[in-house]
Amino acid sequence: MNRIDRTKRTLMGRSVSEPNGTIGRRTFLARSAGIAGAAVAGVAASAGLAPGANAQGLAGHPWERVYGAAFAGYGQPSRFELPVVRHFLRPYGDLAPGSGAALTPIESLEGIITPSSLHNVRNHSGTPDIDPKQHQLLLHGLVARPLTFSMESLWRYPMTTRTYFIECAGNSLRNLAPKPLQLPAGAIHGNISCSEWTGVPLRMLLEEAGLQPQAKWLLAEGADSAHMSRSIPLDKALDDTMIALYQNGERLRPEQGYPVRLLLPGWEGNTSVKWLRSLKATEGPTHTKDETSKYTDPLPDGRALQFTFEMGVKSVITRPSSTMTLPRPGFYEISGIAWSGAGRIRRVEVSTDGGANWVEAALTGAERAKCLVRFRLPWEWTGQAVVLLSRATDEKGHVQPPRKEWIAQYAPDARFHNNSIVSWAVNADGSVKNVYI
Amino acid sequence: MATAAALAACAVQPPAAKPPALGTAVSAEEVARWDISIPPSGAGLPRGGGTARQGLQVYEQKCLACHGAKGAGKPADPLAGGVGSLASKTPLRTVGSYWPYATTLFDYVRRAMPIANPLSLSDDEVYAVSAYVLFLNGIVGEDAQMNAQTLPQVKMPNRDGFVDMSRR
Repeated sequence: MNRIDRTKRTLMGRSVSEPNGTIGRRTFLARSAGIAGAAVAGVAASAGLAPGANAQGLAGHPWERVYGAAFAGYGQPSRFELPVVRHFLRPYGDLAPGSGAALTPIESLEGIITPSSLHNVRNHSGTPDIDPKQHQLLLHGLVARPLTFSMESLWRYPMTTRTYFIECAGNSLRNLAPKPLQLPAGAIHGNISCSEWTGVPLRMLLEEAGLQPQAKWLLAEGADSAHMSRSIPLDKALDDTMIALYQNGERLRPEQGYPVRLLLPGWEGNTSVKWLRSLKATEGPTHTKDETSKYTDPLPDGRALQFTFEMGVKSVITRPSSTMTLPRPGFYEISGIAWSGAGRIRRVEVSTDGGANWVEAALTGAERAKCLVRFRLPWEWTGQAVVLLSRATDEKGHVQPPRKEWIAQYAPDARFHNNSIVSWAVNADGSVKNVYI
Repeated sequence: MATAAALAACAVQPPAAKPPALGTAVSAEEVARWDISIPPSGAGLPRGGGTARQGLQVYEQKCLACHGAKGAGKPADPLAGGVGSLASKTPLRTVGSYWPYATTLFDYVRRAMPIANPLSLSDDEVYAVSAYVLFLNGIVGEDAQMNAQTLPQVKMPNRDGFVDMSRR
């Protein structure tokens, strides 16, 4: 389905006759035949030169012999990469086609930055189509000066640029299914992405409005049709919270909250309210639907934890991962991602023997807090059946827990903040499967 | 004692600019047109009211197709049942068994429901259908009127079931 959409986007409005934008060899030759074709043949014969003495004997591919595609205003990936798309999770099906999530295909990506078009999307009522000229951000409640901000004014404030991950609290809930799902890594653990965010420190706007002393919380609300709202403690709002306007250099994508969203580094994605329309300073939390009935962590004794904002330390091997096949024994580089809501990643250990032995992987990006880190380990696969695991430790000393240990803490239907260790089994035939150990 | 070089270095720095103050003042009346949040205290609950008996009609027209007869659920979330099941091997988390505050029901129904037409129910309808959902869970009687005074006083079965981790 997405494959067709991406083809259409490439084709529509670009007036090309070939999928890759070329005008087509036959078309080109037909157009130029009248001008040059006949003339070329005529010159060779009349000058006594052997006709056909051209480069036909040399190696090369058809695309090297024709003029390439014209410029596109907004670039697209190669048509050969069309299969690299998000995995959809739609718990209510066609009833609510924009409710649920579109997960990042982490199994197909490298590096640290998630391409904007593949950033994970968690929506409660689809993506609204917001006109930035009409949208306003209201700052009210326990403030000295209730204010409203137009987008034009927000874009004029001093900004900061930071690279952060955003992970949904429900990421990896699929790995709590009774039997391990045999799906690509992204379809299970892909509710996470990492972008460079540019925006205004929220502190600046709160100081402009002037917080009253009783204000201890902020209620953030979006302009999606669900008007999704969450309460945020004021000290986080004044710390590193951003009013984000740009993602990877361009204005936010609609799916990521265009024209303005909250960005709470390291905290569960639901708190980074998209399509932000209101911030209300309050004395206490509002206990909205999404911080009571959802995004709470039920315990075995019937109670539930509320406001467990920070995402735990976590890692996933993205290559090789489930549904892949290793063609033959030999050298492979194990590659994956690690992150922590508490700050920096201190180390990532990888086991290629089901947890008996652990080796530290090489890290890229470990200097950044609350950001994805890429880890890599060279590995010689002997062809035997093995289980691959990764285990991350962050700068506060938190260690990614084994799956059984995580599950034991919570009620049987727990779904949120699953940061437990992920294990992939490599079978002797090279097939890679999701397993629970 | 500053050297000439140090003074020259200082002169190169532009004076620190004050952050701009580009927010526009907004009146309390205007704020009230946008503010739809209802905290547990009930502050902001509008005039009006409704009973479960009245709410059944709203539910049948606007809610039943997704939430099922008597709030059983499917395809959308179940709204009723599960009280006392939270510590069992098969917990059922619904409005009645899990939600700590009845005011959240008014807040959420008004802002988000029905899913295809949010902010379409009248305040009376929101009170009535909230009363109906509470009634399905055995929390209020069929003719108890829910309004700005009574709704915040409803004590939900799971009011004390949450551990606040925000001050950890």
